[in-house]
Amino acid sequence: MLTYIIRRILYAVPIILGVNILTAVLFFYVNTPDDMARKILGEKNVTPAAIENWKRDHGYNLPAFLNAGEKGTAKLTQTVFFQKSVPLLWFDFGRSDRNNIDIGNEIRHRMWPSLAISVPMFVIGVVIDLFLAMMLAYYRGTYLDLWGLFLGVAMMSVSTLFYIIGGQYFLGKVLKLFPVSGYDTGLYSAKFIILPVVIGIISTVGSGVRFYRTVFLEEINKDYIRTARAKGLSEGKVLFKHALKNAMIPVLTNVVVSIPFLFYGSLIMETFFAIPGLGNFTIEAIQAQDFAIVRSMVYLGSILYIVGLILTDISYTLVDPRVRFE
Amino acid sequence: MPVILATDLIVYFLAGSIVYFAIATRKEGILSSAWRELKRNRLAMASLAILLAYAGVALLDSVRYRDPVVEDNGRVARAADGSVIYSAQALSLLDRAVEGLRTNTEKTYSAPFASTLYSKESVELPDGTIKRDYPPLKHPRSHWLGTDKVGNDVLYTALKGVRTGIVIGAGTTIVIIPFAIFFGVFAGYYGGFIDDIVQYIYTTLASIPGVLLIVAFMLLFGSSGYQGGLISRSEIYLKFFVPNDRLFWLCLILGITSWTDLCRLIRGETLKLRELEYVQASRAFGISKPGIIYRHIVPNVMHLVLITFVLQFSGLVLAEAILSYIGIGVGPEMGSWGNMINTARLELSRDPVVWWNLFGAFLFMLALVLPANIFGDAVRDALDPRLRFR
Repeated sequence: MLTYIIRRILYAVPIILGVNILTAVLFFYVNTPDDMARKILGEKNVTPAAIENWKRDHGYNLPAFLNAGEKGTAKLTQTVFFQKSVPLLWFDFGRSDRNNIDIGNEIRHRMWPSLAISVPMFVIGVVIDLFLAMMLAYYRGTYLDLWGLFLGVAMMSVSTLFYIIGGQYFLGKVLKLFPVSGYDTGLYSAKFIILPVVIGIISTVGSGVRFYRTVFLEEINKDYIRTARAKGLSEGKVLFKHALKNAMIPVLTNVVVSIPFLFYGSLIMETFFAIPGLGNFTIEAIQAQDFAIVRSMVYLGSILYIVGLILTDISYTLVDPRVRFE
Repeated sequence: MPVILATDLIVYFLAGSIVYFAIATRKEGILSSAWRELKRNRLAMASLAILLAYAGVALLDSVRYRDPVVEDNGRVARAADGSVIYSAQALSLLDRAVEGLRTNTEKTYSAPFASTLYSKESVELPDGTIKRDYPPLKHPRSHWLGTDKVGNDVLYTALKGVRTGIVIGAGTTIVIIPFAIFFGVFAGYYGGFIDDIVQYIYTTLASIPGVLLIVAFMLLFGSSGYQGGLISRSEIYLKFFVPNDRLFWLCLILGITSWTDLCRLIRGETLKLRELEYVQASRAFGISKPGIIYRHIVPNVMHLVLITFVLQFSGLVLAEAILSYIGIGVGPEMGSWGNMINTARLELSRDPVVWWNLFGAFLFMLALVLPANIFGDAVRDALDPRLRFR
């Protein structure tokens, strides 16, 4: 088991390196530091001297990948890639281009508001999705199932933006149940959290229920279920005890891969509700064209995805005895 | 004088494919049997009708030409060398068909079917006195979805969004199909080292969160490209072709982030096909590897392409709205539902509230995405029901 996990992590190493190189090529080669400086200093009336100054202050005045002017290993280390991109590998994010803030420190602070929204949204959402899907599967073939499914498809056909804007308008502005947006520290944040959580769950319930229902129906048509019925178990027991356990395997793939992303929050949600989380941080950086932050967040997002894949594989081996450590 | 944008080619290709599939279902084969099954599904057929109507609007909005400039004396303006001068605005067939909607603008907001503006102004009455009242519209009861802040008809804006939605939903997949087939088939058929490389490339690309990669690309390639409205002389080549079309780049970038699923599916299918008897037989007969791939593998993975196309469609239409909201989608002059939602957000906080911009975008998006979802599921079930669990 341990060797399997170690090997699985080793497989991820070249992918992490690839992501690092790809982001470096995108941000240092396709879009050169000169372009970056020009964007930050303003497109017009920028003197070459001002650009050089900016590059020197922010450490972009080195060659992109190979410094021919140096000797030995300095040829590789005295480059923008090595100074700016390689430290990402040990999560040293450096400082932002615009306000010179410590990105790593910012991430550590901002992940808590993100988690406060995304964890309840995720946990309650999965439970509700599973419950509704079980219900549809229990009443399969009836009008309840048919209309429930149609409603699910209709709900997933509506853009998240409509749920957010509509929810803010009706629940926040007209009914005045919750504050429309904002955030507070500690326990006071609770009243700001409820609205985004409710809207987040509603906006994903359609696709979730539809997916889990398919998974349950797949299980229900298997031989062991027929055996369970034949030995006289009630339909509820068959469904909730036997089918649920086996359906957990495809459910896990869907669920585990998104767990690391909870740190990241949601780009759209956080900007709409003015929650000072990582998603909001990213959007602000995009709008301010702060490439150091965008680069860090792209890299962090990739790492979280890779961690999610590893966790998925490991959880497979834990719940499904048929999976071998190969 | 015709004008063709890079994305128009996508729409023409889409229209061509629809005609091709309509003909192909007449012949015996996997397509005709799938079509027979689809025809029994009345909901899917209704969805198909709506989708075709949308595609028709998009096609009408993709055939455009520039009118000659007419001088005040009614004659066509000519340059010094005698050649006709054309207007910088290329109107599409759709623009010309709904001429009334486009040109009947009001001063500012007006509610659907209203005959007055939405806010009070000082109006001069016939007897000369001035009173604060709702001024009458220039075209009363003609705006089915009301008018927006600058008085444009919302129905017209929403109709213009159809082409953007269709291009993003269809174009993205069309742009990536060749790459996905090429890499998927080669990785699956040749295996070994090539397979490792291709798998490495798509795993790396897939591990970067899609939205962020798109954002990064759009930040880098920035604000260049034709974004609707007037066409400048530097953007047009050979007097009719506009290659630098921002919407096209958006398709390409969305494609780069979404090709991995299709590539993975095709690779898996190729791995399976490679071991089948008829492929082994052709190998035994000495047919070359490219020959086998061309004759036996590629035709047999095409159904996956079709399924991916219809299933990705709805998600991409929704993604366009979000990108336009973040501010990296299409420009404000190119009609898009994302832009409509973006402006509507502020209008909801007005008092009294302006709701029809949001409603228009909602109506047009739901009427496209819901049939696309239903039809997509039906196509998948008809062609390859096993994919339901992927």
